[in-house]
Amino acid sequence: MTITASVRSVRKGLRTRTLIYILATLGLVVTLAPFAWMILGSIKPTGEILADPNAWLPKNPTLDNFTDLLSRQNFGLYFFNSVVVAVACVIGNLLFCAMAGYALAKIDFAGKRLLFSLVLLMLIVPGIATFVPLFVQVSNLGLANTYLGLILPYIVTPLGVFLMRQFIGDIPDALLEAAKLDGAGEIRTFFRLILPLSGPALATLAILTFLAQWNNFLWPLVIAQTDDMYTLPVALALFSIGANGTNYGLLLAGAVVVVLPIIVVFLFLQRYFIQGIANTGIK
Amino acid sequence: MAAWLFCSPFLIFFFAFGLWPVLASLLMSFTDITSRDLRTPFGVGFVGLENYLTLLADDTFIRAVLNTLYFVAVGIPVTMLVSLVAAVALNSGINRLKAVFRVGYFAPVVTSIIAVAVVWRYMYQEDGLFNAALGAIGIAGPDWLNDPAWSMPALIIMAVWRNFGIPMVIFLAGLQAIPTELHEAASVDGASKWRSFRSITLPLLKPTTLVVAVLLSIAYLQFFEEPFVMTGGGPLDSTTSIGYYAYEQFGFGLYGLASAASYVLVLLIALLSFLQFRLFRTRS
Repeated sequence: MTITASVRSVRKGLRTRTLIYILATLGLVVTLAPFAWMILGSIKPTGEILADPNAWLPKNPTLDNFTDLLSRQNFGLYFFNSVVVAVACVIGNLLFCAMAGYALAKIDFAGKRLLFSLVLLMLIVPGIATFVPLFVQVSNLGLANTYLGLILPYIVTPLGVFLMRQFIGDIPDALLEAAKLDGAGEIRTFFRLILPLSGPALATLAILTFLAQWNNFLWPLVIAQTDDMYTLPVALALFSIGANGTNYGLLLAGAVVVVLPIIVVFLFLQRYFIQGIANTGIK
Repeated sequence: MAAWLFCSPFLIFFFAFGLWPVLASLLMSFTDITSRDLRTPFGVGFVGLENYLTLLADDTFIRAVLNTLYFVAVGIPVTMLVSLVAAVALNSGINRLKAVFRVGYFAPVVTSIIAVAVVWRYMYQEDGLFNAALGAIGIAGPDWLNDPAWSMPALIIMAVWRNFGIPMVIFLAGLQAIPTELHEAASVDGASKWRSFRSITLPLLKPTTLVVAVLLSIAYLQFFEEPFVMTGGGPLDSTTSIGYYAYEQFGFGLYGLASAASYVLVLLIALLSFLQFRLFRTRS
């Protein structure tokens, strides 16, 4: 390659790269615009929204929409309900799915293959396909409109067992044998060895479970029957299609209350979020 | 023994709230169970295929199936294309700020679909942000959510925006697993970037593509929250999905009919996943 040719090719590479950066930045602006729109809109007084629906910056920023929301619509209570449900499901998934994942990965027993196949099969069955019988069953147990009714159907998930089995399967057998030689039983091995070694997998599962439950909509919509049992997404959805459907200041404030906590958590733990999603896709 | 002990808490919940409802859904779809039978299920009768025949005769349900297939058939390829372009851009041209782009593109994925739907409903108004942006480049936008021809494209655009982050990170991982020597060798042999992308990258991404296609099919077939918040299934049933239809029948108390409708969804998901696995296995 002559010098002029290589200079030309470096220039061309530089140009391509600059072009990619420009397009990627444009893509980023478009992707994040709705968030900016939501947050800026939520701090506008109602009059300003009506006067010019397409202005970006608020002229008189105010927190009135948020205080209105809290006083008129009980959003504090819905927030609390969402937290209770999500945290309970995280705890259940971490403990029970790690236990089952350990058995499926490291203990030989009859029916293991069948059980794992069922778990895999259930990975593809969506909630919307089974909510009717689930509702009938949970109602018959007397759990409609209770925290237990909201929580129990999601206290374990096939995804949780799948993730934990994959991860625990990678822990070397030699470590387990050493523990056995030291006289540790299965329970001791699980709590003293497997759980401490599974930190990253548990973190990933905790985040994915929290996210899924925080955003879960259909089940709480079906099983929460009175206002005081609503979770945030249910409250926001019913609020938006009800009589308040045109009060965009309140609606955008509600959307901020639903979205902002998870975005903050995401910014701190994004590595686990992204890794978790990538792992579930690949393995 | 120890194994069953470890599995038992999981198994109890998994059977009670996972496996049993799948079976019960099928059983209920052959009965005339309604909300009145909730506490006294003794009056429930077996009706054979009647619920399914009712669905077939209901224009709204047929419309719902077609709408769902429309959403899947257009939404999945577009989502995959956008996510692949983003992944390739992040993988080849961008070294600095890569994490910033990845996190930014992924952000919509973690947000509640309900909050997203509320915000986008506002942006899609006839005099809303969307049309203001189109107007700035000289295009007169439609009344997105109130025009039967544009309501579905509007929901697809929103779905692509919200969902492309997941396939993007899966594609990124797939791209990073391809050895760089392959592209270097191709470039020494005089292959253009585009040529080496088509002949090396794409074939090697086939398993990744399959995973993405299956994940997106499952996600997109469930299409429900968007019509619930944004359109109420309208205008003129143009956004009623199978899930939305099932929820409506459930709301009317027709549990047998709702179960039949949701079982159609189970069958569609199973069928589509099966087809995708077949298609990709024979090709690769």
